[in-house]
Amino acid sequence: MRNRATRFLIPIVAAGLLAAACTSGGTPTPAPGASAPAAPAPAAEGGAFPRNETLYTSGTQWGPPANFNPIREWDSATGTKGLVYETLFHFDPVAGKLTPWLAQSGSWVDDTTYEVKLRQGITWSDGKPFTAEDVKFTFELGKMETVPYHNLWNWLSGIEAPDASTVRFTFSKANYQQWDFNIYSRSIVPKHIWEGRAEKDVLDGINENPVGTGAYKYHSHDQDRVAWVKNDTWWGKAQLNLDPKPKYIVDIVNSSNEVAMGLLLQKGLDLSNNFLPGAANLVSGNFGITTFYPEPPYMLSANTAWLVPNTTKKPLNDAAFRKALATSVDVKKIVEGVYGNLVKPASPTGLLPQWDQFVDQAVVGQKGFAFDTDKAKQMLAAAGYKDGNGDGMVENKDGSPIALKLIVPAGWTDWMEAIRVIAAGAKAAGINVEAEFPDYNALVEARNSGKFDLVINNERQLSNSPYTYFEYVFQLPVQAQQNTVNFARYENEEAWKLVQQLDGTKTDDIEGMKKVSSQLEAIMLDEMPVIPLWYNGLWSQVSSSVWKNWPSSEGSAPKSAPTMWRNWLELGGFESLASLQPVAP
Amino acid sequence: MRRYFGRKLLIYGLTFFMAVTVNWLVPRLMPGDPVASMLARARVAQPEAQEALRVYYNNLFGFDLPWWQQYLNSWGSLFRGDFGISLWAFPTPVADLLTRAVPYSLALLIPSILLSWVVGNRLGALAARRKVLDNTVLPVSYVLTATPYLWLAALMAWGFGVVWGVFPVAGGYSFSMTPSFTWDFFVDLAWHWLLPFSSLFLVALGGWAIGMRNVIIYELESDYANYMSALGAPQKLIRRYAFRNAVLPQITGLALQLGVLVAGALVTEIVFSYPGLGSLILAAIQNKDFFLLQGAFLFIVLGVLIANFIIDVVYVIVDPRTRVGMAGAAA
Repeated sequence: MRNRATRFLIPIVAAGLLAAACTSGGTPTPAPGASAPAAPAPAAEGGAFPRNETLYTSGTQWGPPANFNPIREWDSATGTKGLVYETLFHFDPVAGKLTPWLAQSGSWVDDTTYEVKLRQGITWSDGKPFTAEDVKFTFELGKMETVPYHNLWNWLSGIEAPDASTVRFTFSKANYQQWDFNIYSRSIVPKHIWEGRAEKDVLDGINENPVGTGAYKYHSHDQDRVAWVKNDTWWGKAQLNLDPKPKYIVDIVNSSNEVAMGLLLQKGLDLSNNFLPGAANLVSGNFGITTFYPEPPYMLSANTAWLVPNTTKKPLNDAAFRKALATSVDVKKIVEGVYGNLVKPASPTGLLPQWDQFVDQAVVGQKGFAFDTDKAKQMLAAAGYKDGNGDGMVENKDGSPIALKLIVPAGWTDWMEAIRVIAAGAKAAGINVEAEFPDYNALVEARNSGKFDLVINNERQLSNSPYTYFEYVFQLPVQAQQNTVNFARYENEEAWKLVQQLDGTKTDDIEGMKKVSSQLEAIMLDEMPVIPLWYNGLWSQVSSSVWKNWPSSEGSAPKSAPTMWRNWLELGGFESLASLQPVAP
Repeated sequence: MRRYFGRKLLIYGLTFFMAVTVNWLVPRLMPGDPVASMLARARVAQPEAQEALRVYYNNLFGFDLPWWQQYLNSWGSLFRGDFGISLWAFPTPVADLLTRAVPYSLALLIPSILLSWVVGNRLGALAARRKVLDNTVLPVSYVLTATPYLWLAALMAWGFGVVWGVFPVAGGYSFSMTPSFTWDFFVDLAWHWLLPFSSLFLVALGGWAIGMRNVIIYELESDYANYMSALGAPQKLIRRYAFRNAVLPQITGLALQLGVLVAGALVTEIVFSYPGLGSLILAAIQNKDFFLLQGAFLFIVLGVLIANFIIDVVYVIVDPRTRVGMAGAAA
């Protein structure tokens, strides 16, 4: 005996290893009698996804796939809505119109009645037929207070299903723009399964083994991935002439952008919807990675980044001051220096390029602003902000010093660099702005409760209508907690009335929409309740090593959005997947 | 003997109580409201719906109660084995998340701690006797032990994963696999395990080797060794005695190092996005997930306490003097 310690440690090590090996599977796999994993077994079928039949995506999920509940549009597993559950319509941002999906057609039979005709021959993945009752049931779930589309029932008065393929919605007040948004956003759930679920289960249920109408079915998941398998009996193959080629779609949970980059370079990832700071180098270098545009800005635009001032605080409650601040921001420097041209500077209205037709160029020409430090100084002087104590920074009109804090979450490196540029620009014009980086949760609390000076925000995505954009800017009433819209706490009754008027304009009345938009843009540029900075990209890096025919600005490639982001599968994301072709048949 | 373990258990009990209290308190001192950030992630557009959800979740998680009641409730649910529901991976119970992550963490920790200790001690003992080994093992060990876990892990992930592409950079097993009891899956699992394990193993190895070398040299020059040598005892026998004496401080060192090793493992997991407790803790902190953070720390505290207790027991077994001492005290 040489060493007593090692002698009894070795069996412990061995036992520890064996125990770990037996349990490391992650998902509880019931495997009776499988205590000897070391025994060589033939490669089991279904043990692995064949590379040439599998699409690997990432960039959407930041936590484990915790639920498959389509009501939880914000944290259900990637693909729950879009791959499994489908909506009545899709929206095509390129053509700017709705595409019938589960619906055959939809139309306003009179000013307050909307009728949907459903497609024939659609079945749920458990074999039961899809009918008008399912649609009625889904929208009626909104009567529950905690269901996210509960407010629909403020202006929706009733739903009828006169026959199996017709659904008629009657409104007390028709909000046409919001309604279009709802019919391409709400996942239809099967009545025969969801009926009888209590409010708690509807909102918080995990909904294991989701039964949907979609092109994919649940396969498996673990804490760092979710896998979907193709539904061979999907209705769209015959009725939409779409046939997605990947047999499996595996969406990988993000741990960090570095890991996503590593996987992409190893060809283990086909579609990365992460923000990768050096994406321009990836495209120009010989890595086999492409983006939508082969040249700047490389990406489609997905949302606008705004500088949001707290309009309840002095001096940010003064529109003239806000305009001077807007004029002091060198957006070009952010776009080139911070982003390497991955993003585009925003137009003075901030409306996304997809909404260009609603931008009134006459109004922008007359009231728009552009970066000009000297002009910003003049504007400040004209508005009565003077540097009384000679420190180079202007003071409030009453002589008290101005010290504004501009915040973004710590760790958001691109935004952190961007606000350093903004603060420097403001200081050059004589406005004392300091960049600060609180923890994300602290920022959310400050932002929602109005205890901030300046914050950057981009939480409004592209949609069917500039209505959603103006709603974000102008919504009233301002409440103690502003959770999603009007963080600036800007109050303007007239503007909010116009926004509601826009909502009540029919979506095919483009001229009417333009007219209201133009008035809102004038208010926006006069008042500057938020300051548009740049258009954030629809981050998307693709590898063509296994799948080709990715959307691109070049040639005959599809023009749809190459993304798996939440709520984007209905905005062209699914169409992008469906047009993929295998590289090696 | 009973008094010895009784005292130890009392200390462990107190430590446990303090740890649970601190675990409960610290996340709540972080700025920000967890329900608010959960709802911010939800991006529910309508203010009415937001308010309804806020009230509902505050009630569900018990944040609407006074703090002392929340604290007492947390002890109550702890004794019922209920860790609560994760805010980050809502509505997954924290216990589920932990049971899925703990095997990965243990699979890294147990082998790397024990193997590095055993191999490090042997290496150090060998180095103490051979000049050539002493000149090679010692400097390498110094470099290794001074290396931060994080740095070595990042270097290995970059070198073996990205540059040479021979090892995976992320995950517990390939994204192309589903868990099954097949040889392929087992190999894949081991393949993903090897890099994080090696980085932990190597850093810990250096420290043990240096410690052992120094103690052995001290022991070989001690009176009993010289006396045995003078009596003509074979060198091999003297070394064996020296080794057995030298192991004792190393065992104490193991108990002291456990916390550091666990912390190192957590960081290593994050670098390799290995799906263990470390990745969970990071996510819990970023998302203000009180319950997950409490649960994960509780696991670690319990683990370290149990390991310390085992080391106490082992110490009594390997060092006869403690037993004699205790028998004397009891008599």
